[in-house]
Amino acid sequence: MAGKTSGSVDHSTANGPIQRLRGALEGPNTLGNSRAFWAALAVLVGILVVYPMLRSSYYISNTAYLLVSAFLGLSLCLVWGYTGIFSFGQVAFYGVAGYTFGVVSINVTGPVGTVAGLLVGIVVSGAFAFIVGYFMFYGGVSDVYVAIITLAVTLVLNTFMGQTAGEEWAVGAARLGGFNGMTEIPNLALGVGDAAITVEDTAFYYFVVGTLLLTYLGLRVLVNSNIGYVMVGIRENQQRTELFGYDTKRVKLGVFTLGGVLAGFGGVVYASWGNYIDPSVFGLTFAALPIIWVATGGRKWLSGAIIGTFTVTFISQKLSVFGGQFSMVILGALLLFVILVLPEGFVPQLYRRLPGGDGK
Amino acid sequence: MTASEAVESAILRTDGLTKRFGGLVAVDDVDLAIDPGEIRCLIGPNGAGKSTLLKLLVGQLTPSEGTIHYKGEDITNLSQHERAQTGLSMKFQVPAVYGDLSVRQNVHIPLQREVERARIDAEIEETLADFNLLEEADTRVDDLSHGQQQWLEIAMASALNPDLLLLDEPAAGMSVAETERTAEYVHRLNEERDMTLLVIEHDIDFVRAIAQSVTVLHQGEVFAEGTIEEIENDPEVRRIYLGEVRE
Repeated sequence: MAGKTSGSVDHSTANGPIQRLRGALEGPNTLGNSRAFWAALAVLVGILVVYPMLRSSYYISNTAYLLVSAFLGLSLCLVWGYTGIFSFGQVAFYGVAGYTFGVVSINVTGPVGTVAGLLVGIVVSGAFAFIVGYFMFYGGVSDVYVAIITLAVTLVLNTFMGQTAGEEWAVGAARLGGFNGMTEIPNLALGVGDAAITVEDTAFYYFVVGTLLLTYLGLRVLVNSNIGYVMVGIRENQQRTELFGYDTKRVKLGVFTLGGVLAGFGGVVYASWGNYIDPSVFGLTFAALPIIWVATGGRKWLSGAIIGTFTVTFISQKLSVFGGQFSMVILGALLLFVILVLPEGFVPQLYRRLPGGDGK
Repeated sequence: MTASEAVESAILRTDGLTKRFGGLVAVDDVDLAIDPGEIRCLIGPNGAGKSTLLKLLVGQLTPSEGTIHYKGEDITNLSQHERAQTGLSMKFQVPAVYGDLSVRQNVHIPLQREVERARIDAEIEETLADFNLLEEADTRVDDLSHGQQQWLEIAMASALNPDLLLLDEPAAGMSVAETERTAEYVHRLNEERDMTLLVIEHDIDFVRAIAQSVTVLHQGEVFAEGTIEEIENDPEVRRIYLGEVRE
């Protein structure tokens, strides 16, 4: 019915473990609170599991890349879509983590180095987000100024990393490489010594599918928890939420830091996927992409961010056959279309039209 | 009870509270003492400093001078959320509700501070029933009428079970019937849930219906204080304020 929102979820019968789990995973802050949804998700996961058996390694690797981008999309979804912090610089955390992973894993060889690189990369991007967020939220910066500051930070990194071509710009054995980027970043390997598994090709693909699924489910629990309600309250009206006794600055800082960690994880995995990272991750074009992905899919929903990221990246890859600039023009037009016609994004629109969707 | 004892027992007390915006003194040396359990109305012409005073009380504005004591504690330097945590809640002048969310989700956000998850759905329905909004539970709040939005915000502000509830023009823009219903809600919060209320209001009929005492603010200063009869019969008050309204 028009004017009704997807609302009530009946958790009153939450007795068994399945119901308790669904109670934690479901709520009005996520799409998909029905058995039909979980069945469809199971089918999708099944398809993703058998996919490598059906396609060549090029497709497997490329699909893994599309899914890696979803971490960046989810990070912006959490920060912007759920909490209303319009960050134009989630890619900064992605890039910083990628470079950090490169520096650590090139200097510390073997699986220990890549595991340490993964952890240090995430911690550094999270700490970086914490610092930027602290000055913004406790300095009273809000709305469009958040976008300006985060974009400025990103572009400063772009300029800085671009001038690191000289040999003096190296951390130990890792050369930053200026616009040519940092090369010979090793593949992620998990474990210690001989027991370590190098995460490449099909293993890499499964690693990304698994971590993305876990991240998605974990974030569903988060956004449907009390903190998730506060996040949505901040997005809708921060002043009102503050006067309900919530420390809204602290919640924003926490969410922004978590966003930095998520983007950072994506950046580490990306650097390990291509064995390479360059300053274009801090460029204006790349900074704008997560906004297009998430706005197109539906910024207020986790599934919107993932499907939006996957779909838009997939389309732009197909378009780039005709030339990279051309594909950017189409993407810009797509963003305009979505903002004007489907301001909520296409995923919630489609979802509510499905039989068994929450909209009915 | 002497005057000093009355001040001692007050749930909320301001001493010399002053707010200047450049050269303008919006709130000027206000000493206010609200007794526990009373319904106090704050009236005054436009620009008298009523809303500014409320913003000072909840911490949205910082006073230029003076102190605020709530339940005996100095809360002058507490942040907004810390004041709310001490049991102080407010409804804004323009309804501050979460327009894009359902009525149910709106109530969930304040109520989850008081109620654990297992019971919250039942408590939300109870809260909505109290304010005649149960049928609208799944309606998007932007689609509610203005009066329903006002009631929803009162429901949300009172969901925190505050000891003192501040209402900024709860009957503004309402029909006569809606105003009567709002007065009924105010009485019930006061009588059934033991809340003290400080209410800014322009509608003098509404003030008559709810006020146990009235403070008149004029040009930022406390101009008069007393029962509604005393205030209405005060020729000076009639001159500055009530004369414009009726009779």
